[in-house]
Amino acid sequence: MNAARRKIPVAACSGIGKSLGAAAREAAYILTEDLLPEKTKVVALSLLVMGDEAARREVEGGEAVAIDGCKLECAAKGLTCSGASNVHKVAIFDVVRRHRGLKPEGVCDLNEDGLKLARAAAEEAAKIVDDLGEEGGHA
Amino acid sequence: MPDLPKRKVGLIACSGEELPEGTVTRRAVRKVLETLRPEDTVTLCLPLFLAGGEGERAFAKHYPTIAVDGCDKRCAARATEEYSAKPVASIVVTDIAKECGCGEIGTARRLNDGGLKLADKVAGKIAEETDRQLKKPGRAGKAPGGKR
Repeated sequence: MNAARRKIPVAACSGIGKSLGAAAREAAYILTEDLLPEKTKVVALSLLVMGDEAARREVEGGEAVAIDGCKLECAAKGLTCSGASNVHKVAIFDVVRRHRGLKPEGVCDLNEDGLKLARAAAEEAAKIVDDLGEEGGHA
Repeated sequence: MPDLPKRKVGLIACSGEELPEGTVTRRAVRKVLETLRPEDTVTLCLPLFLAGGEGERAFAKHYPTIAVDGCDKRCAARATEEYSAKPVASIVVTDIAKECGCGEIGTARRLNDGGLKLADKVAGKIAEETDRQLKKPGRAGKAPGGKR
């Protein structure tokens, strides 16, 4: 069977109270618009949480990427509950530990360090997606 | 007399990542929290309702909440009602966009000037509703403005 390859859904933390949540959201856009637009697409976490059928169809039975801002991992949980077969996690709070000089600030408008953190997280996510492609995983 | 917690209004934005209107909900809610009504509001995280955020659920059961949704799927309003209690008000960005004639509002990643103007309008509505819930009608006229 040569079914059209579907894009890997990417869900980001919707955290509105902290910069790390905003960085997760920005990372999802960097990944899906700048780094791997042909392989990935954003899905709205709120739609998944509420069981929207179209959003669930994007996710069910396939690989997915969660970019979370805090340890509660809402994006990963949302993808798992929506039927993703394998959720690959990128945790912003771990990424920031690997880039200790960065001091992200802001929510609606991230500062320069916040944007750098988002790019670092997006690059980690892109590596995961590229590795999946090499394994012939997502179809 | 016990020291009772101050009554505040919880704001829940849908944050929809796929639509610019979702980004408008975030910006509007943050503006109310940071600039317009910082003493009277808190934000609640929508996905935490599902992920088991007991603090979010408990707050929404006992305090008034305003749901701010980007589209008529109204995820924030429905999630709040399903997991806690019915919000006292439900604001939908697409409804306000029709009234305000802001035109194109940019992308989910970057709002343009029309999107920023729309966010200001939505923030004003949220502030008015907050005042109504807290019975502070005198301030309703001061809602819009302030920094973006």
